[in-house]
Amino acid sequence: MDGLATDMALDDSAVDGNAIGGLLMEVFGTEMTTATGTCASCGAVSQVAELAVFRPALGTVVRCRSCGSVLMAFVRIRDVTCVDLMGLASLS
Amino acid sequence: MAGTAVRGRLSWLTATVGPVSDETPRVRTLRLEVPGWPGHRAGQHVDIRLTADDGYQAERAYSIASAPGEPLAITVERLDDGEVSPYLTEEVRPGDLLEVRGPIGGYFVWEPGSGGPLLLAAGGSGVVPLRSILRHRSLTNSSVPVRLLYSSRSFQDVIYQTELGFPAEGVSVTYTLTRSQPRGWTGYARRVDAQMLSDVAWPAADMPLAYVCGPTRFVESVSAGLVGLGYPAGRVKTERFGATGQ
Repeated sequence: MDGLATDMALDDSAVDGNAIGGLLMEVFGTEMTTATGTCASCGAVSQVAELAVFRPALGTVVRCRSCGSVLMAFVRIRDVTCVDLMGLASLS
Repeated sequence: MAGTAVRGRLSWLTATVGPVSDETPRVRTLRLEVPGWPGHRAGQHVDIRLTADDGYQAERAYSIASAPGEPLAITVERLDDGEVSPYLTEEVRPGDLLEVRGPIGGYFVWEPGSGGPLLLAAGGSGVVPLRSILRHRSLTNSSVPVRLLYSSRSFQDVIYQTELGFPAEGVSVTYTLTRSQPRGWTGYARRVDAQMLSDVAWPAADMPLAYVCGPTRFVESVSAGLVGLGYPAGRVKTERFGATGQ
């Protein structure tokens, strides 16, 4: 997992959870960047605003800054946003 | 739910472009008139959506440049390979319509009650939300001491040059010009490093609050430097905007 985290730190394209506040508000119906997420892989606890966000062409991938695991993924298909939160142990 | 604006949910609103002003050859500030705009906090952003004739849509997040209580304004830097910023910096005219939603974000925000002293560190157009914070400080007559460290490629690339040239009482502005410097420049002329941070940043013992905004690499290096100076990670708020500018 160290390898992943290192690659991530070096990736200039990563932005913060702040940047997807609009998407999160669309999905959850409330301001989520100050919510706290717990990584299901390593247990790291952080505010959503502090997570690493990657936006490849097809969607949005949110990773843990400690271990690099994928916490959340969002894909929009014909105006429907598909959400995968399997990487999170909790989000509150 | 299509087409329904749900209370409390974020809806796309129609903004009319108001006065525009060029900050630098690549950067422009746009005033946006948005009926029903609920107001914003210093440091928040908006999403802007453009729709092409064929229905293709592109969305980008832009920091709000104006203070709470002022008309909504964004400052946009043109990225040559961008889908949205070339339109916003070159083609858009007063009276044009855009879609906007916001305000967004509760993390990278400052209120007078948040305390300080404040260290603001900007890389390139990362200065935009920090300018909202500075204006909010002035408009609320806050006396929180502020140091702004602003890294820019050259002096011509400094955004809000006039405004930052006359900082409010209690605010100091330090530039570092990383690529080219005017003749006779005696200020910093390199990327922000640990030595510069220890010169410019408040000592950790003053319990400062830091806001760092810029390209990802800038934010990584400044936030690591501040933690190295003893700033608790929780007192260093960051906003990375990717691999652009600076």
